[in-house]
Amino acid sequence: MMFIDPHAHMISRTTDDYEAMAAAGVVALIEPAFWVGQPRTYVGTYVDYLSSIVGWERFRASQFGIRHYCTVGLNSKEANNEELAEGVMEWLPRFALKEGVVAIGEIGYDEQTALEDKYFRLQLALAKELNLPVMVHTPHRDKKRGTSRSMDVCEEMGLDPSMVIIDHNNEETVAEALQRGYWAGFSIYPSTKMGNVRMVELLKQYGGERIIVDSACDWGISDCLGVAKTAQLALQSGIPPETVHKVCYQNALDAYGQSGQMNEQDWLNPPPIDQRTVYEGNSILRGGRDPKIEAPGERRAGQMLIE
Amino acid sequence: MTETAARLLSNWIVAQVPQHADWLTQSLEGLAQGAPDRDLYIFLGLAPRKLGKADLVLNAADLANANAARAGWSPSGWSVDGAARVLALLTATSNRPFAERFKDLRRTSDVAEMIALYRGLPLYPEPEALDFEVGEGLRSNIRAVFEAIAHHNPFPQDHFDDHRWNHMILKALFVGSELSPILGLRERANLELARILVDYAEERWAAGRAVTEELWIPVRPFADDPAIRDKLADAIGKGHLTEEGLL
Repeated sequence: MMFIDPHAHMISRTTDDYEAMAAAGVVALIEPAFWVGQPRTYVGTYVDYLSSIVGWERFRASQFGIRHYCTVGLNSKEANNEELAEGVMEWLPRFALKEGVVAIGEIGYDEQTALEDKYFRLQLALAKELNLPVMVHTPHRDKKRGTSRSMDVCEEMGLDPSMVIIDHNNEETVAEALQRGYWAGFSIYPSTKMGNVRMVELLKQYGGERIIVDSACDWGISDCLGVAKTAQLALQSGIPPETVHKVCYQNALDAYGQSGQMNEQDWLNPPPIDQRTVYEGNSILRGGRDPKIEAPGERRAGQMLIE
Repeated sequence: MTETAARLLSNWIVAQVPQHADWLTQSLEGLAQGAPDRDLYIFLGLAPRKLGKADLVLNAADLANANAARAGWSPSGWSVDGAARVLALLTATSNRPFAERFKDLRRTSDVAEMIALYRGLPLYPEPEALDFEVGEGLRSNIRAVFEAIAHHNPFPQDHFDDHRWNHMILKALFVGSELSPILGLRERANLELARILVDYAEERWAAGRAVTEELWIPVRPFADDPAIRDKLADAIGKGHLTEEGLL
């Protein structure tokens, strides 16, 4: 089974992770621009970060046979540094049309401040102007209200819910997101967001329409195999393979493919020019062997469940 | 040279994607009349979206024209979008020096864009002013970016000093790039490079690794030089190398 991990901060991850992901069947991933764990204090640092995720990280992923896409945006935490935020907003349009940029994101609220609101709206306007999807990061605190508000603002700014992925959902937020017509992302992230056992229960309840599973793996304690492990657990729990295929592959492709920058042919039938230059091809696709959840080191051994 | 090259690029692109000729022509006219930088950024972003990323289809006459416009220029292996991006750079007018603009674009480029920017090197004005930018490209860890400068590109042969030239050859060996597509490999051979390459080969042999046969191309003219001839004889004695390999 092929997987897409539509939320993975690979800039914070090792080559072990890339190898493990490729071996587990991940053929493509999306790296959203995010808060790297400490605030950037210069606009230039932010510019170089965006440059890394459209260039270097894309190349690094390709060495492991994984197609790398990204989203660009000003995250909610750093939106609170007005000087930085103003500077980043000037540069964003230059990155939004780079190859492989599939959305504006991840944007939204953290503490739901006035500045967060200001830059969220400005970026929604940019996405609308460029006809790009949007990846919305919903807040960890005051989550339910913050999620509703994020959707209210998207609609106020004239975005079509089918162009917006509301990410980091949980049991409390998913019903409204789906009912209002949005894509609902779930980050299988230990301790703070969503475990895969809970995720399987949600799939039993909601089925696979417009639901997207991701790992959100980053610099924290997280699991880059979140998508593959959820898929495996779901199949073992009797979720139909078609549903697993939708939530671990097809829905992400449909949602972010609306950018015109992400196409299944990119990994199934890579153009010769890419094979010559950057993309090494995926050994699973080449050899047709079964994906395996196995990873170097004991860290992941026997850890099927992510709680 | 620049005007002829621009005309060739434009003709090739239009021949391949005639349905987008109007968009191309209008965009380029705007850029030629000093449109703001934002228009250039947008054109560079839209080029692959509008024109596609196919290889440029060129026949022998096209390649001969390219070589006539700029000696050594070989656009085989260029893509349609890459050609359009270089064409935009050649066409756009600005008060800013070319090298400054190039740096601005390179800083924010994605991989395909960076490859196109560097493939265009032989066609740009004020080549000496691009010295730093070329160094940045050579230092790239992305092999395809390095090769955009090193392979099928007359710029290094024409503009690199021996130090930069020699290190480009060495880096090519280190990253597993072929040497034969480097233009001027024989012409730019020098004793210092031959000495470095023989040392490199000895290091590889000591580690139980082989070296590419291509390595001997720039060594051969100096095979009899006292600086390296004993080492070469030693390598032949140990079976790492044959007499024929140096001919």
